[in-house]
Amino acid sequence: MTDKFISIEGIARRYPGADGGQISVFEDLWLSMSRGEFGCVIGHSGCGKTTVLNILAGLDEPSEGAVIVDGQAIEGTSLDRAVIFQSHALLPWRTVLGNVSYAVTSKWRDWDRAKVKAHAQKFIDLVGLTGSEHKRPSELSGGMKQRVGIARALSITPKIMLMDEPFSALDALTRGTLQDEVRRICLETGQTAFMITHDVDEAIYLADKIFLMTNGPGAVLAEIVENPLPKDRGRIDLHRHPYYYALRNHIVDFLVSRSKTFAATVANHDPRNVPIVRPGLSEPTIVASPKMIEASPAQTIAR
Amino acid sequence: MTSSLRFRAAIVSLALFAAFLGIWHISTRGTGTVANMTPEYAKLMGLTATAGKSAMPGPLDVGAKLWEHLKSPFYDNGPNDKGLGIQLGYSIARVALGYFLAVIVAIPLGFLIGMSPLFSKALDPFIQVLKPISPLAWMPLALYTIKDSSISAIFVIFICSVWPMLLNTSFGVAAVRKEWINVARTLEVGTVRRAFTVILPAAAPTILTGMRISIGIAWLVIVAAEMLVGGTGIGYFVWNEWNNLSITNVIIAILLIGIVGMLLDQILARFTRMVTFPE
Repeated sequence: MTDKFISIEGIARRYPGADGGQISVFEDLWLSMSRGEFGCVIGHSGCGKTTVLNILAGLDEPSEGAVIVDGQAIEGTSLDRAVIFQSHALLPWRTVLGNVSYAVTSKWRDWDRAKVKAHAQKFIDLVGLTGSEHKRPSELSGGMKQRVGIARALSITPKIMLMDEPFSALDALTRGTLQDEVRRICLETGQTAFMITHDVDEAIYLADKIFLMTNGPGAVLAEIVENPLPKDRGRIDLHRHPYYYALRNHIVDFLVSRSKTFAATVANHDPRNVPIVRPGLSEPTIVASPKMIEASPAQTIAR
Repeated sequence: MTSSLRFRAAIVSLALFAAFLGIWHISTRGTGTVANMTPEYAKLMGLTATAGKSAMPGPLDVGAKLWEHLKSPFYDNGPNDKGLGIQLGYSIARVALGYFLAVIVAIPLGFLIGMSPLFSKALDPFIQVLKPISPLAWMPLALYTIKDSSISAIFVIFICSVWPMLLNTSFGVAAVRKEWINVARTLEVGTVRRAFTVILPAAAPTILTGMRISIGIAWLVIVAAEMLVGGTGIGYFVWNEWNNLSITNVIIAILLIGIVGMLLDQILARFTRMVTFPE
C-alpha cells in the first residue's frame, strides 16, 4: 500500500432517477493498486464494476471524487490506459494487422509505415496470431478476435491494461488458454492490469488482489482479498494448493450470501480502510478442517 | 445447383420475353377496316386507314426504328431532331450535376446531424416538412428565381436527391456502434481522424444505400422535369415525339430510360458492395 500507482479516491457515480431523484450506483469508493499488480473486481451484475472500469478508462466520469494514476489525476481517455473490451470491438473493415496498426499509429503519429508494421507484427506474434495478419475479424474465431484485442491493447505499451470481462463470451477451453497468455504476458512485462470478472477461478488464477463488491445500487467495496497462492501458480494444479479452497470458499461465500447482507450487517464499514483478507490455512472452511487439508496428499503434489 | 437455377431462370425469362413479343405482334398486326377512298385522300390518311394497319406500332416497327437510332445515335439536325445518344447525354449530365451537388451538401450535413444531437433536433422539423414535397413543385419557384430552365432542372434533381442521402447519412453516422467509438476514444483519436477512420467506414454501407435510392429518384424525376423545361434531354424527346404522334419513338425512349436507370442503379450497387464489410 506504500506505492499507489493507481488510486481511486472517493468516487461516486449517480444517474438521474425516474422520479427526478438520483440513483446511486456506488458512493465513496476508495481503491488502490501498486505498479505491476494484477487486480480483479468481482461482484454481481449491477454493482457498478463496469462503471468503475469505464471511469478508470476515462470513458465515463465520476459524479464525485477523483482517480489518480502514476501521480496524476486522470482526465478523459488516455493512451496510457488500454482497454480490452468484452465484445473485442475490432474494426471489421480492417485486417488483424490493420486493427493493431491503427492503435500503433494513434500512439506514434510520426512513425513511418514500415516501423508501424514491424511494431504491430511484434504484438501479433506475442499473442500467437502469426500468419493471420491479413485476415479480417469476420474470418476469425471468438478466441482469435479477443487475441487481436489483447495485441491491440498491448501494442501501445500502456501503463495499465483494463479488461472488462474479456473472456466471458468465450468457451471454457479458449478462455483457459487466453488466461494463460494474459498471465504470461503480464508476468513477463510487469504489466499493471485491472480486470472485471464474475468468474471466481479466473480471479484466483490471475489476480494478486481481488476486490469484492457488494450488490448495487449503493454498492460498496467490502473487502480486498490478497491472493495467498504463489506467483508461479499454474492453472492445472491450482486447485491442489492447500490455500486454494479457503480462498475460493471465502469468495464464493461472499458472492452467495454476504454481498447481499453486507450493508445491513456491517455497521462501521470505513470505505477508506477496507479490510484486507488473506485466506490461508487458519481460515475456517466448510468442506474440511485445516488439519485434514494439511494431511491430504494434495499438498505434497502442489509443493 | 445455383448455376442450374440461374440457367433455368434465364430460360423462363427468355420464354416470357418471347411470349410478350408474340402477343404484342399479334395484337398489332392490323385487322382494321379498309375504307374506300380516292388515291389523293388515301395519301393524306396513311396506312392505318388504307391498309388496315394498327395505329399501335408492333415489335418489328420498334425494332427497325431502334436499329435506325442505334446506327447514328449522335446526329444533330437542329433543335427538334437530335440523336438519342445526345438526348440521353443531356439527361445524364443534368442528373450527374444535380446529384453531385446533392452529395456535396447531404453527406457533410448528414455527418453533422448524425454526430450532434443538437443539430439533429434543430434541423428535424425542416427536414420533415421539406422531404415530402414533390420535387416538381419546386419547378416554378426555381424558374422564377434562377431564370434558366436548364439550371432549374438541375436544381430539381438536387432537391430530390438530397433527402434520402441526408437521412441515410445521419442515420448511419448516429448508429455507429458505441464500442467502435470507444476504441477511438481510448486511443485518443481526434474528432476529424475519428470521423474518417471509424465513422465513415462504419456508416459507408448505409450512406451508399441512401445514394442508391437517390440516383433512382433523380432518374425518375429528370424525365418529368425535362418534359416541363423542354429543349433537350430524353424527357423532352418523349414529349416531342408524343406531339409528333410517333408512338414508336416514345416506346424506344421508354425502353432506353429503363436501361439507363438500371445501369445507374447497378453502378451504385457495385460501390455499395465495395464498402460493405462482413461482421
